[in-house]
Amino acid sequence: MKDQLNSDREASLSNGMPKITAENVNVFYDEVHALKDVSVEIEQNAVTAFIGPSGCGKSTFLRCLNRMNDTIDICKITGRILLENEDIYDANVDPVQLRAKVGMVFQKPNPFPKSVYDNIAYGPRIHGLASNKSELDDIVEQSLRRAAIWDEVKDRLDAPGTGLSGGQQQRVCIARAIATSPDVLLMDEPCSSLDPIATAQVEELIDELRQNFCVVIVTHSMQQAARVSQRTAFFHLGSLVEFGDTEKIFTNPSDPRTESYITGRIG
Amino acid sequence: MTDTTPTNSLFKISDRTKSRNAAEKRFRIYGIAAISIGLFMLLVLASTIILRGTSAFQQTFITLDVELLESKLDKKGNRNIDDIKKVSTFGYNPILVNAVKASLEKNDIQSSLKKKELSGIISKSAPSQLREYVLADVSSIGQTVEFRFLANGWIDGYLKGRYSRESVANSKFASAEQFDLIDELIKVGVVEKKFNLDFILGADASDQRPEASGIGVAMVGSFYLMLVVLLLSLPLGVAASVYLEEFAKKNLFTDLIEITISNLAAVPSIVFGILGLAVFINYVNLPQSTPIVGGLVLTLMTLPTIIISTRASLKSVPPSIRDAALGVGASKMQTVFHHVLPLAAPGIFTGTIIGMAQALGESAPLLLIGMIGYIATNMPTTIGEGLLAPNSAMPAQIYEWAKRADPAFVERAWGGIIILLIFLLTMNTMAVVLRRKFERRW
Repeated sequence: MKDQLNSDREASLSNGMPKITAENVNVFYDEVHALKDVSVEIEQNAVTAFIGPSGCGKSTFLRCLNRMNDTIDICKITGRILLENEDIYDANVDPVQLRAKVGMVFQKPNPFPKSVYDNIAYGPRIHGLASNKSELDDIVEQSLRRAAIWDEVKDRLDAPGTGLSGGQQQRVCIARAIATSPDVLLMDEPCSSLDPIATAQVEELIDELRQNFCVVIVTHSMQQAARVSQRTAFFHLGSLVEFGDTEKIFTNPSDPRTESYITGRIG
Repeated sequence: MTDTTPTNSLFKISDRTKSRNAAEKRFRIYGIAAISIGLFMLLVLASTIILRGTSAFQQTFITLDVELLESKLDKKGNRNIDDIKKVSTFGYNPILVNAVKASLEKNDIQSSLKKKELSGIISKSAPSQLREYVLADVSSIGQTVEFRFLANGWIDGYLKGRYSRESVANSKFASAEQFDLIDELIKVGVVEKKFNLDFILGADASDQRPEASGIGVAMVGSFYLMLVVLLLSLPLGVAASVYLEEFAKKNLFTDLIEITISNLAAVPSIVFGILGLAVFINYVNLPQSTPIVGGLVLTLMTLPTIIISTRASLKSVPPSIRDAALGVGASKMQTVFHHVLPLAAPGIFTGTIIGMAQALGESAPLLLIGMIGYIATNMPTTIGEGLLAPNSAMPAQIYEWAKRADPAFVERAWGGIIILLIFLLTMNTMAVVLRRKFERRW
């Protein structure tokens, strides 16, 4: 596991740049300063976890990465976020194209009230990724396989996605997010509404997804962050307190606030 | 606290609990009483309408063999249609009198009635019925043809119990002798009460011929009204709500629009009527009394209802569906049209149907734009005519009948209400079924 991590790290270093670079990001909801001067570098082929108490700004920051905050009228963002050296808040960037490259999985499983097949096929369809039915079938199967749910749903692709169990729904949502072959996968507390067994399945899946994607996960559970991530960022009251290797954050945090949080004294 | 007994036994009910239970019991009784009063009123309403209205669907008919005399209808005898047209309905009266006389002779009935009183048992629409038949088939002149005429409204009223021999003692329209004659004719089967399809399909008739009037043309008028309302208010209403709900930024201006729309929904319909009169008829110069103007006015009235219900059903689509669509890179427009609108559709249709049902039952604005009164139209034959020819609407027709002097028209007003209610019930049932069938699926 550690060797794997190191080789991955070397691979990304050899690329010469981090996948996502955030520079002095500030977010305001009207007068509320929700995120203060956050700068991070998120690496390719690694899972980065954002942890912190409720309302610390971790979800807000995650939603900045694919511009989901654009849908909130009162939200103002300053600073720069670079995806492979391109500013995603540049006036020339269409958020729709960005979101095809930066997929997202939400807190609550939210499959469309359509069939499992249509749930997965929707993204490829609107982005024109498949030229015919058999290509689309392939994409759907591949996505479901990579989300480790193919065996469970292959016989009921026409059944409504909303009829599956919570854990299955969430994996279908993950399959839907990777069906557009994004570069980055954002996950906003993907396991918070799942039971422990489903959580374990999703966590295992996240670890596998690391091979192909840059994964960013927001989580309330510090154990989960420790289990699935290689890098961890600790947010508190809208500021990024500490960012580094997961192992170091959990065993030898440099900031007293991080230590207080992971030992359960705050948050 | 008020418990003075030493034990705190659960079996001893405290005064506080007692008064609380009594209050609850009282409240239940009030509730049941309120519902009972409501149900009783509904029952009274429904039974009154049915008791008074169903008789309108039956009408008294007189079946006569009519000899279409050549000497009266075609004096020259050359069957020239232009000459035959010169004989007015007035010229057909003697033929009717003869037909009644012949029928009396055939059935061996004696009567001392004069000619005018004899033909008076038949509706005043009978001569034109005869004339139309002759003009349509000139070769029938000289032959004897069996006709079924409507009985005069007074005769019909006698059969339905509206008039008695005493009540017509001083009337110049009907007499006790005529009623005697009718009794005889009923015995031999010449006069009988039958289901009258023309009431449902026919046109309104003038004051002298209540028996010939029907609600059919007004029904077609209502249909064209609803067509205009549906075609205008559904797309306009849905487009406006989708824009306001999904695209527009929330600011002072959109707040103002929202308040205005809510207020418009509460504006009395007669205000929309006078607006229609001022704008559509006086300013735009659209023809008055026409379904197109009525439809425009009712559209104004229905739009707020549709916008409010559409916005409510858009709001009820969970935001997670929008997040999901945006998350896979759908544009705002794709999100709305692929995911939000289909989920909101049942609510939108329900709101539309309820708005249309409201518009269908509306009469006040129609009074102001002239879709009221005796409009002796025939059925419109084309869509253009349907929209642009003067017409009435069902509620306006009912109002018109109710205010006429002859009680025969009041009976038709009740009958018209039954038909209107059937339409409204059907529409509301459709709305309920739609809502049930597509209830939240997430």
